[in-house]
This record gives sequence, C-alpha cells and structure tokens, in this order.
Amino acid sequence: MSDVEVSGADGAAESEATHPLRISNLTKTFGGILAVDGASFAVERGSITGLIGPNGAGKSTTFNLITGVHAPDSGHVYFEGEDITGLQPHQVAERGLVRTFQITRELGEMTVLENMLLAFKGQRGEALWRSVLPVARRRVVEEERDLLERVWETLELFEIDHLAHEEAGNLSGGQRKLLELSRALLTDPEMLLLDEPMAGVNPTLEGKLLERIHDLTDEGYTFLIVEHDMDVIMENCEHVIVMHQGSVLAEGTPADIQSNERVIEAYLGGEV
Amino acid sequence: MTVDDPDTDPDRPATDGSGAAPASPLEGAAAVTESRPRWQVDLGYIVLTTIGIYVLITALGLLTGLGFGGVFRQLQTVTFLAAAYALVVLALNLHWGYTGLFNIGVAGFMAVGAYGMAILTAPTEGTTTPGLGLPMWVGIPVGVALAGLVGLIVVLPALRIRADYFAIVTLAFAEVIRLTINSGALADVDAFGRQLGTGGGRGINFPLLEHAIPRWVLYEGGDPAQGATFVGVQVLTVTNRLGIERTVVESAIYTSVLVGLVAVVFVLSVRTANSPFGRLLKGIREDELATKSLGKNTDLVKIKVFVLGCAIMGLAGIFWQGRNGYVDPDAFLPIITFYIFIALIIGGSGSNTGSVVGALVFAGVLFEGPPYVQRIINQVIDLPRPTTIYDAVVALGSFDPLPLVGYTVGQLANLRFVLFGVILILLMIYRPDGLLGHRDEPASPLDLRAERPTDGPSSVDGGDDDE
Repeated sequence: MSDVEVSGADGAAESEATHPLRISNLTKTFGGILAVDGASFAVERGSITGLIGPNGAGKSTTFNLITGVHAPDSGHVYFEGEDITGLQPHQVAERGLVRTFQITRELGEMTVLENMLLAFKGQRGEALWRSVLPVARRRVVEEERDLLERVWETLELFEIDHLAHEEAGNLSGGQRKLLELSRALLTDPEMLLLDEPMAGVNPTLEGKLLERIHDLTDEGYTFLIVEHDMDVIMENCEHVIVMHQGSVLAEGTPADIQSNERVIEAYLGGEV
Repeated sequence: MTVDDPDTDPDRPATDGSGAAPASPLEGAAAVTESRPRWQVDLGYIVLTTIGIYVLITALGLLTGLGFGGVFRQLQTVTFLAAAYALVVLALNLHWGYTGLFNIGVAGFMAVGAYGMAILTAPTEGTTTPGLGLPMWVGIPVGVALAGLVGLIVVLPALRIRADYFAIVTLAFAEVIRLTINSGALADVDAFGRQLGTGGGRGINFPLLEHAIPRWVLYEGGDPAQGATFVGVQVLTVTNRLGIERTVVESAIYTSVLVGLVAVVFVLSVRTANSPFGRLLKGIREDELATKSLGKNTDLVKIKVFVLGCAIMGLAGIFWQGRNGYVDPDAFLPIITFYIFIALIIGGSGSNTGSVVGALVFAGVLFEGPPYVQRIINQVIDLPRPTTIYDAVVALGSFDPLPLVGYTVGQLANLRFVLFGVILILLMIYRPDGLLGHRDEPASPLDLRAERPTDGPSSVDGGDDDE
C-alpha cells in the first residue's frame, strides 16, 4: 500500500461528523465494461475535495452512483450516516446532496428566474390543489414573493441578475455553469457535487466561480469536484482523490498527489 | 381560406442577445413593458378569434342568401364543436404542451369517459344494449373518474419509458380500448343480475344529454311536468316571445353549459400553469433528470398531471357524445386524436390561450368551414356534378371547366384533409410555435417580468468581499 492511501485501516475512524459522504466498494458494470470497480473514499466536511483521473476512470459514473442516477451493482453510499444506496435522484437531493452536470442541464425554454425558482425545496404551491384553489393560492403567492426575493439576491451574488429574464437556453456555456451552481445552492444543500464546473468557462469567470466556491466552503458547504484542469485542482482543493480504471488509485494532499509515481504513470498511460 | 387570427403580440418585449461577459451586473434587467394585465390580453385573443369566426360565417351565409336559420345552425354547430375541442385540447396541452408527455391515445380516454357514462345511464330495458339506468348525475362523474383511473393504469407502467415509447404505449392502449369495446366478448354481459355490455359494433343508446342537462336547468327536478324553475321561467318567457323553438333553446343551453365547463377548465389550467406546480411540469418537459436532481419527485407529478388530463378528456368525450345520445366504437378512431393534435399545434402547444384559439380555428374554420362553403355554393349556383374525376377532367378538353369546379366542390368535405396538411406545412415554415406558442406564460403566480425588488436589500454590495 502506498503511503498516501489513507482510506483502508483508518477509514473506519472517519466518522459522519467529519466526513458527511462516504462510499465503500462501489461497483458498476455496463454490459461487459467495468465502469466502477470497488471504489471507496470519504469526503471531509467543509472541504473542497477534488476527484481526478484519466478519461474513463469512472468519475462521472461514481457521481451517478452517489446521486442515484444509476444503482450500483454492489457497495454502499452513506450520507450523513444514512445509507442512501439506490435511492432515487430526488430522494438523494432532498437529503441535501445536490449535484451539477458535466454537460449543463439548464432548463432551456424556461427563463433564468423560472430555473432558479424551481429549485426551492418543499414549496407549498407544488401541491396542485394549493396552486389552483382560491384561498390556498393566496398563501402560495405570498410564499412566491419571498422565494423570488431570494432568487434575486442569489442572482446578484453570482452576477447573473442581468440575465434573469433570458431563456436559459440562450446563455453562454459559462453563464450556464453559474446558473447551475446558483440553482443547486437554492435547494439548500449540505454538500455539492460539481461535475467539471470549469469546462468551457473563460479564465475571468473561472476565477469568479472559484471565489464563490471558496466563500461557500467558509460558510460550511462541502464540495466534491470532478475537474480535468490540474491547476484548478492543485490550487484549490485541500484533498485530492485519484481514480483509475474504476477504483481509487491514490488519495492525499495536492502535493502528495503531484509527486505520486503511480498517479503520474496512470496519466501518462503506463501500466499499473 | 383566410383566418383572421390575432397575429400581432403587443406584450412581447424585445429580449437582448445572450450577452457578453457578465461583467456589468445591474444593466438592463428591469423590463418595463407592461401595459395591460395579461388575462385581458389572453381573453382578448379568444374573444377576437370567436368574433372573427362568427362574422366570417354570418357574412358568408347572409351574403349568399343562406338565411338566418342556416347561419344560426352553423354558428351553433361551430360553437359546440369548438368548445368540445377546446376542452380536450386544454387537457392535451397539460400533457404534451406543459409536461412533454406525448399522449397520442386521446381518443381512447375520451372513449372510456363516454362509454362509462353510457353504460351507467342507458335504460335497463327496451333498447338493444341495456345499461344500468342510473341518472346522469351518477353517470357523468363516474365516467370522468373511470377515464382518470384508466389514465392511472396507463401511466404507471409507462413512467419508466422515454417520450417516443410513451407515445406508442398510449396509442396502443387507445386502440386496445376501442377494439375491446368493439369486440363481441364484452358486447353483452350479465353483471349485477342485469343485462349489460358495450354493445360491440351496435353501440349504446343512452338518454340524450343535450335534453337532460338543459331540462335540469329549465325545470324543477329536470321534469317538464313539475313546472319551470326560476331560470327556466325567464328563459322560456323570452324565447317564447321571440318564437324560438324549444329544441333550439335546449341545444343552446347545452352548448352554454359546455362553454361554462371550458371556462372553468381554462381558468384552472391557467392557474396550474402559473404556479410552482406548473413550474415542475415545465421542468419535467425541459429536462426530467435535472428536475429530479433538484429534489423533485417527478414521477408523482407526472402521475398527477396525466390522470387529471385523462379525466378532462373523459369529460370531453361525455359531452361530445352526449349530443348524439349514442356511442359506438367508430367515434373514437385514432384520427380524432390527430385532429386534437392539429388544433393544439395550430394554437401553439404550451399555451392555454393558444389551445382555445387553436380549437376555435380548427373547429370553426378548418373542420366545419369546407362543408359550409360547399353548402353555400350548392345553394347559390347549380354546378354540374360529374361522378368521377375522369369525367371532370375530360370536360376540360372541350374547354368546359365547370364540371371540374363542380367535382371539386362536391369533394370539399374530403379536400379539407388536404387543407390540414397544407396548413400544418405552412405553420411549420412560418410559425413553428403555432399562433400563440411563442408567448411565454410565466411558470409562477407572480408576473416575473413586472415584479422585481429594485431596491435590493443591503447585502448587495457587501457580499462581494474577497477571501
């Protein structure tokens, strides 16, 4: 075992208090392809943790297994001490574990405001009868005013308030990334999983996004980020997890990872 | 054929392009374009279209000497048909326009509603297909509930499949319903100690709703023998003085009740659309996984909206057939579903106002228009009527175009199917969103464009401090 591999023995010591998300021995096959092969790791509370690896290492599949898009063949996902393996995506999100997507999934023909308003949890008006019947609807409208207020605040914070009335499908790639992140925040999450948040984002915007993410970590949010830009990972993450061929190859601080021979070998295409 | 559709859209603000880098935050965000409340504009579209079609029919009829009677009959037919269409199109808009549920089994759900009601209310004896002989106050709600229940049965297994497969499932299911009704197996059954059944190809005769419902309005207990109600006295006095026949009055009341129902469903649909629930529907249409990932139980929402839409389709089926007092399987061929889709596409999928306008244009102009024109032409000029197109074309050789014109007029009722195709192609080229589909109906009870807290709370500038 390499010296940077920390999970194994002291993995049991990682309590849910310090590590809200823990996965153990996740496995998933698609047809004959072993996409994720016994991956285990934990993410520390209030940290920005990077998940890296060559193409096809199983990072996005791991995200999908954690968030319920796919059910794992075996293994477990624990969030805040609860076994959330195999739950539906909306059940995972309801528990405060919210994701964004590698290819942004903005709701194209809805305006930015509508996109954002959709995110709030447990809205009264999501019950059909309350939205339709005369007296109940009044309270729905009241609630909507408060929600809209919060949406505007968030849009201003992310500096996309000038796009509020635009259809989300008309936004540029970077603006969509901002929209997705801010929308995910409005669900009031504990932890955010970001799948390549910097892909296609210009350097100025990238700086802003990172700044925002650091602010949020200070507020107590936990981030797990898949990213291909090594500079972003090395400069911003406290902890890095390297995946290769479906399992965790190494874990540690950015410095550890950069000097890890097995990681270098994996990225350069050598056999492990 | 000219349709005086309201083409201009006063309240569509110009949207600026997607913009450059989001460097300047507070620029051009406020859209101050509101001039008139939205509901007035929407109602305006509907009223204008209705008036336009009425004027067109009346003018054509009177100018060519069809007479008041003919014009009135046509207006009544068009109003009834447009209202019936509007009801189904609104339901389909809920499914397809808002939620993206590609339901092409509309006719099947209408059949369930109509047959449910027919079996319950058909007399117990003295008819080819006896029923339970229950009053319509039982038959109508149970028919509606049955349509919703069948919707539930369809949607549960179909939840897991994608849009196009969902379409196939609904179409297949509608055909299964129609063929089941048509088959001899269920035509005559002994149940509850009674003779029951779908009647197979015979169909079912049931008490005419077009009589029953107006009589409940006009007479105490729905029975002319018990004397007129307060409303009935007023209506009958006025109509007697004007010399309008009783059947015409009843027919008008029946249509009015249907129009009232359309109004109720329209208001409920608008409220649904402009609400957080409507936002969920739109979210599912745009990207179901993204909506799920925001913690929304999309399956539950889809079930709710599908069942609701199917129930409304059942109600529409009941009123549609209630005018005939007779149902048979041929009334629910898949072509009905496609008519309804045409109406929705013309009006603009995703818009409730568009749904009603589409129903009006389709029923009033495209569907009922050609036969009306045919009737007028036949009344005005005496054209030769060759029996085959061969005879008509041969006459052209001797420079006589009249047989061809006569033949064409004789075929107008069939030529409207060509007209549907042409209209759809033109729409696809010039107005792919339909007449009103480009209008954004905000998925919120608030008018998102109008309301903006301009004086943002203090934190606006303070929130930006660096790490």
